Amino acid sequence: MTLLLLLVSTVFINNFVLSRFLGICPFLGVSKKVETAIGMSVAVTFVMGLASVMSWLVQYFVLVPLHIEYMQTIAFILVIAGLVQFVEMVIKKTSPTLYQALGVYLPLITTNCAVLGVAILNIQSSYNLITTLFNGIYGGISFTVAIVLFAGVRERLETAPIPKALEGFPIAMIAASLFSIAFLGFGGLFSKFF
Amino acid sequence: MNLWKDFKNGIIKENPVLRLVLGTCPTLAVTTALFNGIGMGIAATAVLIGSNLIISAIKKIVPNEVRIPIYIVVIATFVTAVQMLIQAFSPELDKQLGIFIPLIVVNCIILARAESFAAKNPPLNSVMDGIGMGIGFTLALVIISSVREILGAGTIFGMPLFGAGFEPALIMILPPGGFLVFGLTIAAVNKLTSRKKA
Repeated sequence: MTLLLLLVSTVFINNFVLSRFLGICPFLGVSKKVETAIGMSVAVTFVMGLASVMSWLVQYFVLVPLHIEYMQTIAFILVIAGLVQFVEMVIKKTSPTLYQALGVYLPLITTNCAVLGVAILNIQSSYNLITTLFNGIYGGISFTVAIVLFAGVRERLETAPIPKALEGFPIAMIAASLFSIAFLGFGGLFSKFF
Repeated sequence: MNLWKDFKNGIIKENPVLRLVLGTCPTLAVTTALFNGIGMGIAATAVLIGSNLIISAIKKIVPNEVRIPIYIVVIATFVTAVQMLIQAFSPELDKQLGIFIPLIVVNCIILARAESFAAKNPPLNSVMDGIGMGIGFTLALVIISSVREILGAGTIFGMPLFGAGFEPALIMILPPGGFLVFGLTIAAVNKLTSRKKA
């Protein structure tokens, strides 16, 4: 039940992209086509789930016993960078088709702040290992929901008549703003039903 | 003369936020109030100067294949130092910026400058580039956060600007306002620069 609640809360109310502002760079960068958006978000969800678990293990089995919690940022980013490299190698060896689909997105994920963000948030909220894993995956799902919906809107924007100064990023931002307003509407839903 | 050019480059011509559209996450997240915007700007500038200096100094001994992880470690070290300084000297700012201080590590501006400038230029130029880019970033944050604070809360630096009759547009300090002001600011910069060229 708590996990279900967490799912609704992460995807709709505290959406990683639209209300926590994590992962905006890929959100704007890879949302021009629906297919690439889906590819990116599958890769991100995968890495976010793995990174959550790995960083949780590092925090509680390495940093805390050694009393070096202040090394958290450095340790986590290294874990994520290593993990991304590792995932890339594994996918390349085991499934060339999947690698072709996801390959180009994998290196970008290291600098996706949603991944480091979810790792730090897990520790800050002192989740246990199971909740951490689900929070990571839910974070990925919330990223997926936002970017795939947004890619649909942007495909339409391509052909729309837009004033010269607003072309490209500005109009995408304004579209994202309207999106964010729509997601704000879910905020009230939570207090009403739970 | 060259140093001056490197310095100036980041402020307007290649402003990291408004022209290159890098570092969008902190730009949107911390610009709810001017104080936060300036705090974030200064923190990121400090990291940018430090990491540019070190990366430029070690560029000859870093093997090409593992350069990105090495850059990230250098950046993360500076971020940790800055984070500790903020916690010690301004707990209030630490509380306001929260998770976005450690997330300076993955701010694309810093890695982009390391890769595209510091790795190819001498240390002094890299420091100037870091200062210029840092100021450019801070400038963008100041513009966006003042607009959002004035419209969304009716205050500037926490001081009320208008009389009691002013109804602040709360939406501006909520997430949608961030996207909207950011988009319109980029549009305004596009408009102004395209007119200058013509």
